[in-house]
Amino acid sequence: MASEALPSGAPAERSHGRRLLVIWGALTVVGVLLIVFVAGPHMPPGDFSQEARDQREINILLASLAVPVLFGVWACLVYIVSNFRQGEGALQDGPPVRGHSRLQVAWVVATAVVVLSLGAFGTEELLGSAKGAGGGQGPDPLAVPAGPKLQVQVIGQQWAWTFRYPAYGGVETPELALPAGQTTELHVTSLDVSHSFWAIQLGVKADAIPGSDNVTFVRPRRTGTFEIRCAELCGLWHGHMHNTGTVMTPSGFAAWIRQQQVANAPATRTLPPYSTHYFPDPQRRAG
Amino acid sequence: MLVALYVVDFLAATPSTVKAAEAPGGARLTLQTVASYGHSPHPDWVSYLVKDGGGKWHHTTVFQVPAHSLVHVTIYQYDTATGLRNPFWSQVRGTVGGTMAVDGRTMNALNPDLASHTFAIPDMGISVPLKGVADDAKNQCSVAPCPLSMAHTTITFTFRTGKKGKYRWQCFVPCAASFIFGNGGPMQSPGWMDGYLVVV
Ligand SMILES: [Cu+2]
Ligand SMILES: [Cu+2]
Repeated sequence: MASEALPSGAPAERSHGRRLLVIWGALTVVGVLLIVFVAGPHMPPGDFSQEARDQREINILLASLAVPVLFGVWACLVYIVSNFRQGEGALQDGPPVRGHSRLQVAWVVATAVVVLSLGAFGTEELLGSAKGAGGGQGPDPLAVPAGPKLQVQVIGQQWAWTFRYPAYGGVETPELALPAGQTTELHVTSLDVSHSFWAIQLGVKADAIPGSDNVTFVRPRRTGTFEIRCAELCGLWHGHMHNTGTVMTPSGFAAWIRQQQVANAPATRTLPPYSTHYFPDPQRRAG
Repeated sequence: MLVALYVVDFLAATPSTVKAAEAPGGARLTLQTVASYGHSPHPDWVSYLVKDGGGKWHHTTVFQVPAHSLVHVTIYQYDTATGLRNPFWSQVRGTVGGTMAVDGRTMNALNPDLASHTFAIPDMGISVPLKGVADDAKNQCSVAPCPLSMAHTTITFTFRTGKKGKYRWQCFVPCAASFIFGNGGPMQSPGWMDGYLVVV
């Protein structure tokens, strides 16, 4: 019996440990490389805006940090199950391991480093940078990006989104179109219950609350389509509250908005003047 | 046992499907809206009803119509106006010609304050505001189905169906009196202020 030839079993333990470390390290390196270079460029929400890019970078970072933890657990589990399975006829558990202080210290330090550094990183993202400024999501909820902005009002109701363009006579449409390269100031509100406006690939999400005007900003970097969803369970047909938004070239947008002005003229005539608190007297019209 | 009872109750509560009557080039859908259903389980709830090919009224909001064809809709509107919270829905959208006829008059929009309900199929881009009966109209109906001898407005329009599918439809007027912001109860219950258009 090989184990009897060893003085205390320590060298065998060490070789198991070394083998595990090698397996874990190899899996981690491969996993992180796959996350960063293969999956990363396709991770949500995309690169439609700087905000979306920032969010994707955070997703890549968090996924990369999860890889060593995940593979550490899996490698230990598979290694232990395949090497230390109880043999047939064995009646007792193996001897318990007690007082391995180096292992305990390493465990506490490693987990503390992971948790505390993630905490510091999250705090910095929330307070130290202006990512997601506006809508109460940045360091200063009243922060306003410089330069000209296109105002668009996002109106949620059971169960549809509509979008108003005050600079174009207050025309309202069921489609959201934005010009590329232009900073847009989105005013998000609701006419009834709480909804949540989520323009996924733009990296924009803001609560739509009756009586509130949640302001958020985004500058789409290129043309294309993006998805809009309601991210707050809002009743029977919450799941149908989705649209496809479009980012157009500035000239394409100008043509589109002219078309909307003509098509929606009968309704635009009866719309109330633009107000950032779009909520015409709910009680009067509550039936 | 409780689960089984729940499932049976749920299935029994699912509104039945009524096939629209056949018409040249498509189908004819005849509906009525009533201020109150007048029967259990919710006698005071506002509701839609549909007429089958044999002329019988049914309390359901699941209507079957043919694909890629014209659907001629007639709605007898017996309820008074609640008014649209968002005047955006006052415009007729998605119908043939972008219009409706209200008591024989062709219109492309309605004063939002006069709307009693809307018939809207958001995924097909269709929305039609329905003009309410005057508040002081004589001979108002309160128990379904309402006869044509009682106060009503008649709204007609035509739309074209596309490919087969199950499309939800709903009312955009917050018309459920006594519910918060007028949006609960019948507005959240298929069979009352919303349902399905089953395109086959
Ligand atoms: Cu919603
Ligand atoms: Cu209604």
